[in-house]
Amino acid sequence: MFIQIKNLSKKYKNTLAVNNINFSIEKNRTLGLLGPNGCGKTTSIGMMLGLIKPTSGEILIDNKNIESFKRDEILSRINFASPYIELPKKLTVRQNLEVYGRLYGIKDLKSRIEEISEDLDIKNFFNRKTGELSSGQKNRVSLAKSLINKPEILFLDEPTASLDPDIGDFVRTYIQKYRLKNQVTVLLASHNMNEVERLCDSIIMMKNGEIIDRGTCEEIIKKHGRNNLEETFLKLARGKNESR
Amino acid sequence: MNLGKIYALALRHLYLISNSLPRIIDLIYWPTVQIFLWGFISKFFTLNSDYYSNTVGIILTAAILYDFLFRVSISFNMMFLEEIWSRNFTNLFIAPIRLSEMIASLTFTAILRALIGMVPAAIIAIPLFGVSVFELGLPLLFLLLSLYLFGVTLGLLVTSGLLRFGPSFENIAWASLFFLAPLGCIYYPLEILPISLQFIAKGLPLVHIFEEMRNILLNDAVNYFDIFKAISISILYFVLGVIIFYASFYGAKVRGTLINMGE
Repeated sequence: MFIQIKNLSKKYKNTLAVNNINFSIEKNRTLGLLGPNGCGKTTSIGMMLGLIKPTSGEILIDNKNIESFKRDEILSRINFASPYIELPKKLTVRQNLEVYGRLYGIKDLKSRIEEISEDLDIKNFFNRKTGELSSGQKNRVSLAKSLINKPEILFLDEPTASLDPDIGDFVRTYIQKYRLKNQVTVLLASHNMNEVERLCDSIIMMKNGEIIDRGTCEEIIKKHGRNNLEETFLKLARGKNESR
Repeated sequence: MNLGKIYALALRHLYLISNSLPRIIDLIYWPTVQIFLWGFISKFFTLNSDYYSNTVGIILTAAILYDFLFRVSISFNMMFLEEIWSRNFTNLFIAPIRLSEMIASLTFTAILRALIGMVPAAIIAIPLFGVSVFELGLPLLFLLLSLYLFGVTLGLLVTSGLLRFGPSFENIAWASLFFLAPLGCIYYPLEILPISLQFIAKGLPLVHIFEEMRNILLNDAVNYFDIFKAISISILYFVLGVIIFYASFYGAKVRGTLINMGE
């Protein structure tokens, strides 16, 4: 297994945000992380990104504890995109990509920026300030930043939230193609069940900081006797209140 | 340390400045206003005080040096706050840049920002008030070095507070320097302070810096031991500031405040 999460917990004072979770992701596969708001998805991602210190448990990458890597060594192999974090608004798209490309120590940065801008269709607003862009444009720029270092592991938190169906489809198609072409391992947190069904090889469902189910989308839908992932999500999220 | 990454983070702030004329004006505006204000006060004191009668512009020189400290510290804080305001904090902290490189970059950029404001202001003071800070000669470099280190230290302490308490610590960021100013003996000699406060003030590099500045301008003599003392104290505080910054970063990881930090 490429990524292994073992008995991972995070406690904030009296709140157990993540409670003893275990899962693994094979190399070049996409795992969906599902669950209602406040279930511990962001905290779990934060721990894997090294932004949050786990209370207990281990995160292994290539069988090596993430704590034993040098900070810059591990961070140069991963990246993250989320609509809830932004790039500096007063910098142009080109300047932002240049700054992050340099921070990630990209060789031949000019051609990498050229390549990724072409792929994500962001060249026509390349010299505009990032804060002036529409949410669809910002989203693609944020995705470009998250791929600038050709990460081995990509964390995506609701990558198509607030996008119109056309742009949303563009982004999903791009992620799908990119993953196949570049052999990247993806952890995708999303509330869009169609997106999860389309992009993920397997999923885990979280609730109250715990993993309550796991498997492929088909397995989970079948197991809970529902017609699609959305219905299954509602069943699991509502738990014993389902009958109401 | 990777110079490329230090440059990358500096570039982010240099782009921010170069993209915005109001930001450039803002950097120059406040030091210039300070020069005008203290220039007139200095002129008035020079004409009406025995203490200052031998040295034109001693207060103005003090104002310029203090403003340098202020600009370095505020620049350091501002660059960190910019990351919070722009919700770029998480992106920055998941980038493969070491904390030492981050501190180095902010330290380097802080002096650039400070100089953008200070150099024009210091030059304006020469024809306008006949006061040149450069009259301090070679010791000026050492005094500025000490001020620079202490300014960065204050910046480190404030950013540590931002890491610990989040954006709500912002107001403290602005107030931090005003808190120390009375103890710094910037415009008056140490003896003005009550004995108990003199003891505390001597623990700050500011007293030694500004006492030495007055010594040079009033007595035309340089006490390099005092300058050495000022730099040594500044280095001590700087090391302490770095340790506190690292501890705050670790604390922020434990509390989970590094993710989604923003206004």
